[in-house]
Amino acid sequence: MEKIPILRMGPFLLVTIQVDLYDRLALNLEADLIKTISDTNAKGVLIDISVVSIVDSFMGRIIGNIASMSKILDAETVVVGMQPAVAITLIELGLPLTGVHTALNVERGMELLRAKVNLDDYSSSEDEQESDDQRSY
Amino acid sequence: MISVVTKQSMLIQQDQDVVPFRNRVKECAVKLKMGLVNQTKLITAASELVRNMLKYGHGGQVIIEAVSKRNQYGVRLIFIDKGPGIPDIALAMKDGYSTGKSLGLGLPGTKRLVNEFEIESAVGVGTKVSIIKWCNG
Repeated sequence: MEKIPILRMGPFLLVTIQVDLYDRLALNLEADLIKTISDTNAKGVLIDISVVSIVDSFMGRIIGNIASMSKILDAETVVVGMQPAVAITLIELGLPLTGVHTALNVERGMELLRAKVNLDDYSSSEDEQESDDQRSY
Repeated sequence: MISVVTKQSMLIQQDQDVVPFRNRVKECAVKLKMGLVNQTKLITAASELVRNMLKYGHGGQVIIEAVSKRNQYGVRLIFIDKGPGIPDIALAMKDGYSTGKSLGLGLPGTKRLVNEFEIESAVGVGTKVSIIKWCNG
């Protein structure tokens, strides 16, 4: 079964979507990502869609869902790298992705995440987090 | 008068057929030198309709055609399913209306993305949707 890798980078999770998503794959990503946020106590999620050529209403809904679900788990989501043609299409389709933070590229996305997340909170809890990690990974 | 330049047909029976189908539509659009934004709109529209077909019509057949009218070229897609049909097409074409759990953007959103959109449906017989995206449309 194909799977989209979720990378951990300090307090953040990084997802780069490199393949064309079909529905099952997108739903699995949603579930995996939410579980990983909860398991790793991540404070932010960065989703890179720079090579995704199509975002239809289903994919748009999944992106919106991921953002709302991670919000409930106290993590911010930033979607980066959307192709201009995809942005035009999404708006004409009627899907403005309200509630999803976006940035032009990964670098700016990381800046945005850092600005949104108060990292002081994270570092204080990181020590216990690390000992947790050694057990589970 | 619309004339058909090339014609191919594809069966859509499961989720995994969607990505190859989108690729075939893309190939057809690229051959006609359709611009990237129009390509993206066409493939997104195709993706919406094929999802509807799988979800409500339990799959079906799609005909992918390169067509021409006077001096312009375009791609025509005809989606034919033998599903339950749509009792009230006017209602189904309304933004935000859905009998499923989706956002209800599928049909009205698709119509905004393409140049020509026709839908015929008979309850108990099936649904046929035909769209055209012109290269310079």
